[in-house]
Amino acid sequence: MTGLMRFSGRLPGLPLALLLVSLPATAWPQSRPLLIQHANIVTVTNGIIENGSLLIRDGKIAGVGESLLIPDGAQIINATGRYVTPGLIDCHSHIAADAINEGSIPVSSMVGIEDVIDPDDIGIYRALAGGVTTANVLHGSANPIGGKCQVIKLRWGKPASGLIFEGAPPGIKFALGENPKRSNSQPGGRRIDLHPNTRMGVNDVIRQAFADAKHYQSRWKDYEKRKAAGEKRLIPPRRDFELESLVEILEGKRLVHAHCYRADEILALLRLAEEFGFRIQTLQHVLEGYKVAKEIADHGAGASTFSDWWAYKVEAYDAIPHNAAIMVRKGVLVSINSDSAEEIRHLNQEAAKTIKWGGLSEDEALRLVTINPAMQLKIDNRVGSIEPGKDADLVIWDGPPLSNFSKVLTTLVDGEVYFDREKDFEAREQIAKERQTLIEKEKESQKKKKASGSDKPAEEK
Amino acid sequence: MNSYIGSLRRGRPLVFALAVCWVALSIGAAAAEEPSRPKSFAIQGAKLVPVSGPVVEAGTIVFEDGLITAIGRDIQIPPGAWLIEGKGLTVYPGLIDAMSSVGLPEQDRGRRGGPGNRGGSGSQGELPVSAGPEDRPATKTWALAADEFDPANDRVKAWREAGFTSAVVAPMDGIFPGQAAVINLAGDRASEMVIQPQVALVINIGYSGGYRGFPNSLMGYITYVRQLFHDAGQYSAAWAVYRDDPSGLERPAYDRTLAPLVEAKSEKRPVLYPGDLAKEIHRALNLSKELGFPLIVYGAHQGYEAAAALAERKTPVMVNLKWPEKEGDADPEEEEPLRVLRLRDRAPSTPAAFEKAGVKFAFYSGEIRSAAEILPKVRTAIEKGLSPEAALRALTLSAAEIYGVENRLGSLDSGKIANLVVTEGDLFAEKPKLKMVFVDGQKYDIRPPREEKPEDKEQASETPQQEGTP
Repeated sequence: MTGLMRFSGRLPGLPLALLLVSLPATAWPQSRPLLIQHANIVTVTNGIIENGSLLIRDGKIAGVGESLLIPDGAQIINATGRYVTPGLIDCHSHIAADAINEGSIPVSSMVGIEDVIDPDDIGIYRALAGGVTTANVLHGSANPIGGKCQVIKLRWGKPASGLIFEGAPPGIKFALGENPKRSNSQPGGRRIDLHPNTRMGVNDVIRQAFADAKHYQSRWKDYEKRKAAGEKRLIPPRRDFELESLVEILEGKRLVHAHCYRADEILALLRLAEEFGFRIQTLQHVLEGYKVAKEIADHGAGASTFSDWWAYKVEAYDAIPHNAAIMVRKGVLVSINSDSAEEIRHLNQEAAKTIKWGGLSEDEALRLVTINPAMQLKIDNRVGSIEPGKDADLVIWDGPPLSNFSKVLTTLVDGEVYFDREKDFEAREQIAKERQTLIEKEKESQKKKKASGSDKPAEEK
Repeated sequence: MNSYIGSLRRGRPLVFALAVCWVALSIGAAAAEEPSRPKSFAIQGAKLVPVSGPVVEAGTIVFEDGLITAIGRDIQIPPGAWLIEGKGLTVYPGLIDAMSSVGLPEQDRGRRGGPGNRGGSGSQGELPVSAGPEDRPATKTWALAADEFDPANDRVKAWREAGFTSAVVAPMDGIFPGQAAVINLAGDRASEMVIQPQVALVINIGYSGGYRGFPNSLMGYITYVRQLFHDAGQYSAAWAVYRDDPSGLERPAYDRTLAPLVEAKSEKRPVLYPGDLAKEIHRALNLSKELGFPLIVYGAHQGYEAAAALAERKTPVMVNLKWPEKEGDADPEEEEPLRVLRLRDRAPSTPAAFEKAGVKFAFYSGEIRSAAEILPKVRTAIEKGLSPEAALRALTLSAAEIYGVENRLGSLDSGKIANLVVTEGDLFAEKPKLKMVFVDGQKYDIRPPREEKPEDKEQASETPQQEGTP
């Protein structure tokens, strides 16, 4: 496909406008191809193509190269001097959810973010403005085994079902250390027992849960076997959504994202997982990961960490900003996450800090917020780099993407524009106007009500 | 027939005859004692709005023994009927409050909401602990509003006098607080007022009273609903096998919370599930599809953004008439998100959006505490584009259809229960003049509001006879 698109000669003489052509407010019709021209295309997996072209068709990247044929009826973006990167991916976020913690019980693996996605969260739009197109929305860290996570695409304006990253493997949140144990002892909290109250206890809760899950799994296996053997008068076991999620982990169908800080708790969890024969997909935060990077790499876990957040609580005292770089050098698959609706707006800068702290290359740094988190979430066949066949989740920057001075001009998801800086500025005036009108309208009707005395009807007794 | 039996059994006829006489006498006595309770009424020459058909100008409606027997232009008035001169009057079907707490014991209103509402930690210690769905927190699927309805409750009369002759009384005290009933709003005994005892199962997401522990997040509530429906499915499957032949089988547990869920599904009895914002309506639609229960969404203030989805799924909606308002003590300096401002502005346009999209809906009083406040809220929706015809239908026939009682309620048709509201002028006028209501064919006069002149007051307190001629 790409070969056919490649143009051997000179590009047809097109006017080289310095500014982006103004983008339609709504999405392009999916059937109409879109060509981005004269851009510095940062593919992440195949280097940088200077003054290159990128063709989008049906929401997918149809071609990337130094020059591509302009298909009939194509919409063209002249991106001279601009940089195009894959959409950034945040492996740890809590935006776009109407609930974060089911903290009432130590194991809440029956609950899931999918049920409570909030498509109206302005955090989605702000993240798009920072170039993020995909986020792993996690349950909180109130309990050792938390709820199920949901990978979403930031399709701002779509209903909740439209945000789901179709086909992304399901995940679940675990949490170690202070949060799952501390939340027990908070006065006025709604926890119903005091277990776990130590790191030992946290480990015990997880071990017991998996022992229960194994028992549950064997009950179902036994039932299926007897059913297959044609046995009549069988009572099917009860489906238990708490244990079902854990069985999925044991069967490698659900990815574990484990919140952790200290080296000792990290090692304990890796041992526990190995005892039950499953892998921890990612260690989240993992601030002391640099101390046990080799062990993490040996286990095969990824690490998703902050750039330079530390000392905000006792278990974060040994954190160092070189953490990400050291783990990368030790062979761990590393990503930088936000865990915050604010930080998600400048993940590119967070990644860039690893160049200063630890000496990663620009390419390595950018990987931390693109292809690496995609691999950690097992969605790298779809997103995380600019390659033909992948989803057209793209960001157009006005300068090099790791620069503090660069801004996002346009963010596309599946080839559709979900953020455009110019349009945003245009819309502000309109929004202010609408707000003013509504406020005045309301004041007016309140005045009227007061005048007619109908605002406070008598209570029926 | 009687005499034949009598001739066969000598000695008995006398006793029998005496008994018959006694019964006849006591009936006669009762009738004599209550001359003001006629068996039949006729309203003649009134504007009739049947809802199920075209308006009849200067028509007659007759009802006997609590049932409508005739309606139209040239109707023979049966002898002995209490005749009401209908000139200048308009007769509508009695209004239905399609989801109401009227007649139910007052619940602790602090129970809804987060832990902050739950008082000191000392009182929490008394509450049962819920360590997961197995503990069935705040779940009373078996409880029937019909059994808890109190006819003497003050609000019953207040609602009736606002034109509401029936209400779908729904319990709200629990995550699964029980089942709603359609109840007529006049009578001495609940047993005689109930029209249909089990019309819908209520789910109240976010309810946090009566237990501590699971669930305490929106995720937890939704998961709990899911688990309970799955448990119900397994329960019915397990008992089917066990009942057939228990020999050698592990005994399934008994669980009174599950049978009503099984029944709701087999009887296609709908579930009232909350959905106020568009995203919540979508969640309700998704869950009903996933779990296979017939759904009625209640709330729907942002229904204007979900009308298409509701129409596509043919899901009926209860629209909460308590339109969102800015809190009286809100910080005037606070900059509210545009979304919030829009919601307050547009919520009353939801019924108009539903009418346009073809979504079947009814109105409910929700947290409105004063009956007099209800109709003005409907008028707000009319001002926002709802046609008065659709508004009336939502208050009558649509409500009846949604709960499956349209063969008895909701329109002025021969054979239906004689629930009527009679006005002078239009029901949706700025100051509607409700003159009387009929519930089960019994007449209840409505006194004009207190702010009127003292002489009006005196007139109103006189005997009902002056309103019509016997």
